[in-house]
Amino acid sequence: MSYFGLDRPRSPLYYTAWKITFVVGLLLTCGLFYYAAASVHYDWRWYRVPQYFWYSGQEDIRSDFSGTVKEVQHTPSGTVIRFAAEDHPGELVSMTLGAGSEALVQPETDVYMGDIIAKRSFSKPGILLEGLWVTVVVSSFAIVAGIGIGLVTGLCRLSNNPALRWGAITYIEIIRGSPLLVQIFLWYFVVGFVVDALLGQVGLPGIAPLWYGVAALAIFTGAYVAEIVRAGIQSVHRGQMEAARSLGMTHSQAMRKIILPQAFRRILPPLAGQFISLIKDSSLLGVMAVRELTKATREAVTSSLQSLELWFTCALLYLVLTFMLSLFVQYLERRAVR
Amino acid sequence: MIHAKHVHKYFWIPHQLHALKDVSLEVAKGEALVIIGPSGSGKSTFLRCMNRLEYADAGEIWVNGTNILDVDCDINKLRAEVGMVFQSFNLFPHLTVLQNLTLAPETVLGRSSKQANEKAMSLLEKVGIAEKCEVYPDQLSGGQQQRVAIARALAMDPQVMLFDEPTSALDPEMVGEVLDVMRTLAREGMTMVVVTHEMGFAREVADRLVFMDQGAIVEQGTPEEIFQNAQNDRTKLFLSQIL
Repeated sequence: MSYFGLDRPRSPLYYTAWKITFVVGLLLTCGLFYYAAASVHYDWRWYRVPQYFWYSGQEDIRSDFSGTVKEVQHTPSGTVIRFAAEDHPGELVSMTLGAGSEALVQPETDVYMGDIIAKRSFSKPGILLEGLWVTVVVSSFAIVAGIGIGLVTGLCRLSNNPALRWGAITYIEIIRGSPLLVQIFLWYFVVGFVVDALLGQVGLPGIAPLWYGVAALAIFTGAYVAEIVRAGIQSVHRGQMEAARSLGMTHSQAMRKIILPQAFRRILPPLAGQFISLIKDSSLLGVMAVRELTKATREAVTSSLQSLELWFTCALLYLVLTFMLSLFVQYLERRAVR
Repeated sequence: MIHAKHVHKYFWIPHQLHALKDVSLEVAKGEALVIIGPSGSGKSTFLRCMNRLEYADAGEIWVNGTNILDVDCDINKLRAEVGMVFQSFNLFPHLTVLQNLTLAPETVLGRSSKQANEKAMSLLEKVGIAEKCEVYPDQLSGGQQQRVAIARALAMDPQVMLFDEPTSALDPEMVGEVLDVMRTLAREGMTMVVVTHEMGFAREVADRLVFMDQGAIVEQGTPEEIFQNAQNDRTKLFLSQIL
């Protein structure tokens, strides 16, 4: 809320003028950037971007045999080509081409091993879409785990038990006091190294880097969520706990039914901010061989050299993710209006 | 019903204070006891000691045959038998009026929701706001909220009711409706301990009046004895200032 009404009222012209100023400023910024790119002769090739979302291509299918094609048969599951092969006298051998294949040979054509006999069209998710998916997966797991860790730690932080309280404080201070990038390195190169080595000793496969990434983000976010939860619980008036206890409820009943529901509504806005941060921080996971959106973009830029378009696209994708999360939290906030 | 023996209470925060100095008091079953006194005299602290919202530092407080200062006593069971009404109502803002009344009977006493609802509705009728059962507390006036708070305490079928300045946070025109409810309760024979500044109510309803000052009970007696014939100078001074 702004302090509307504490100063003299402004005329409608005042608002119109400044709205126009905003739009002009926005256009000017974009224009300047475009002009700058044009001055260094940058070739905008936006048409190259979609292929990084969904890649369509054709691949050659080569013959496994030398001999003569005897039959090209179309079946529902694909095309079957039968050969009278030189090294299989007296019988027909066959190659089955998958769906989407188109045979380039007719019966009675002579072919040699390695000749192109068909083309197959295929399409698959591009690298950006795959990266986006990894970012979504990592962030979702980390958010869910972060809420759990944060809730438990926040409650421990407020506990009268010194072991729980000091434990929570130690965890929060250590995590908040060191850079996330360093924590990611620790998870991957220290924890990951040790855990994978131990698993190897008992003959188990190692854990995928993705899960070390989820752990790093969840533990990192948990510390901040804990402080948010603590502040939310402390913001509920002391009289609420007293009223609940005076009715005979136990501490945990009062916490679950009276305090936490009221705290929940108040912690939603800061929680949303924290999780938006988490989605953006997941871009650091590229350093530990998790190909999330940022790493995927870097690889795409390396191969295409269309850095401006791709980095803009990357930023836009993060914006879409964070905006969707923000909308979802606003929806929750409206529902939990009491 | 309640028997406090030589109760002492200290506060260290924000500064050291001997809040209750050797307070002894007995409340009989069915008695309406009113505690009066200047602010800071320890009357609210004493009341809060009776259901251990404040832990008295020395002495004994027997409620219904149990010493609640005994660390092994089942304090939750005891609090369920002692209703409390606060100055600032302390209704649960995220629950409807009806849910405010049914939550504790269901979770603490294990009543079915049907039982709890019926009991709640009859209590809301008694305090005169049955038609508001589905609204949230912040849509009610202060007087209505305090009546809901009284009904919430009554929903637990308490044996004693403690009132901690129940009308002090109310607009003047709403004091009457709350006092009416309390008057009815007293007439029905509920054991009540009331901390209040409402002298008219005290005179009319109290079986016994207790005057506290500086953490100690200075004088007690029937309303007539106190109001017309106070023996202690401090009591006389307080009454002359307030009446």
